[in-house]
Amino acid sequence: MAPKKVRTGQRNPDLVPGIKKFSKSKMYHKRGLWAIKAKNGGKFPTHEAKPAAQPEAAAPEKAPKFYPADDVKKTRSKPKKQNPTKLRSTITPGTVLILLAGRFMGKRVVFLKQLPSGLLLVTGPFKVNGVPLKRVNQAYVIATSTKVDISSVDVAKFEDKYFMKEKKKKSKKTEGEFFKSEEEEKSVVPQYKKDDQKAVDTALIKVIEAVPDLKTYLAARFSLRDGMKPHQLVF
Amino acid sequence: MTFKRFVEIGRVALVNYGKEYGRLVVIVDVVDQNRALIDAPDMVRCQINFKRLSLTDIKIDIPRIPKKKTLIAAMEEADVKNKWEKSSWGRKLIVQQRRASLNDFDRFKVMLARIKRGGVIRQELARLKKENAA
Repeated sequence: MAPKKVRTGQRNPDLVPGIKKFSKSKMYHKRGLWAIKAKNGGKFPTHEAKPAAQPEAAAPEKAPKFYPADDVKKTRSKPKKQNPTKLRSTITPGTVLILLAGRFMGKRVVFLKQLPSGLLLVTGPFKVNGVPLKRVNQAYVIATSTKVDISSVDVAKFEDKYFMKEKKKKSKKTEGEFFKSEEEEKSVVPQYKKDDQKAVDTALIKVIEAVPDLKTYLAARFSLRDGMKPHQLVF
Repeated sequence: MTFKRFVEIGRVALVNYGKEYGRLVVIVDVVDQNRALIDAPDMVRCQINFKRLSLTDIKIDIPRIPKKKTLIAAMEEADVKNKWEKSSWGRKLIVQQRRASLNDFDRFKVMLARIKRGGVIRQELARLKKENAA
């Protein structure tokens, strides 16, 4: 017996837009409605009508007791859920990234995780190349195919709030102080940030030192040289 | 001055333009003054302009338009793959492909290796110079 062919294409194709190939009677036969009727004893199978329980509740519509003074639009749509920026498939936790802009332009850093704002959390590690725990935008980054195992690093506690600037208290200036040159308050890195950096980096450096040349690689900056064509380079 | 590589049935050539760029193929027939019929083990037989072919030194023994099986057997017998990979042209291509596929980390490691090699060479040169001067 020949294998059953799966139906492809329409049963009743358009000869010309608006004109089908088969007539209503022909289609009745093709759809097998005669067979369905025969199977059901001469009649087309139907569902029983639902018992009429609804009409009583809906029948006499009472006038509402209260009409609002202004026509207020009913908000129907559900609030949109904000997702963090879609992460490029080449960027996974532990990927070595090349920063393309800013103070650390050209530095190769290790990607830790994506924060809820969409920015990427990266670290140098600090001891290797001077890049601290930092947020970076995905657009200003080249992802290399080199990966580091960061399963031993705990980054759960870092969120966008951690990187927010602390609000400066505006102190009222007296006349005398106004004419004094503004003393620039030196921004000191708080101790807890240094401790966090050390905690993340010690685990990471151990993994990095296990791979030959990786530490010197991360310490060096990337730059284009003669003959390097970025669109042809494999990162 | 005289030509050494001829267009003939069985001549192995490299495609140098088009969709099949870089592929090693065998000329299995000549269509007319400008075109040949080419075939390769993992390719559908097709026609191509001679201008898109670079002839190699390798030639295999096949009848005109052989079946795929005969073609593959003849290529195995003539050991085309190994001959190509050992030839200087073939080796150059392999190196080019390897360099193009290097990852950023690989390029860094290559740079370190070249510096190291340069250092060793210079040391040796200095030593030889000293010996010669003495």
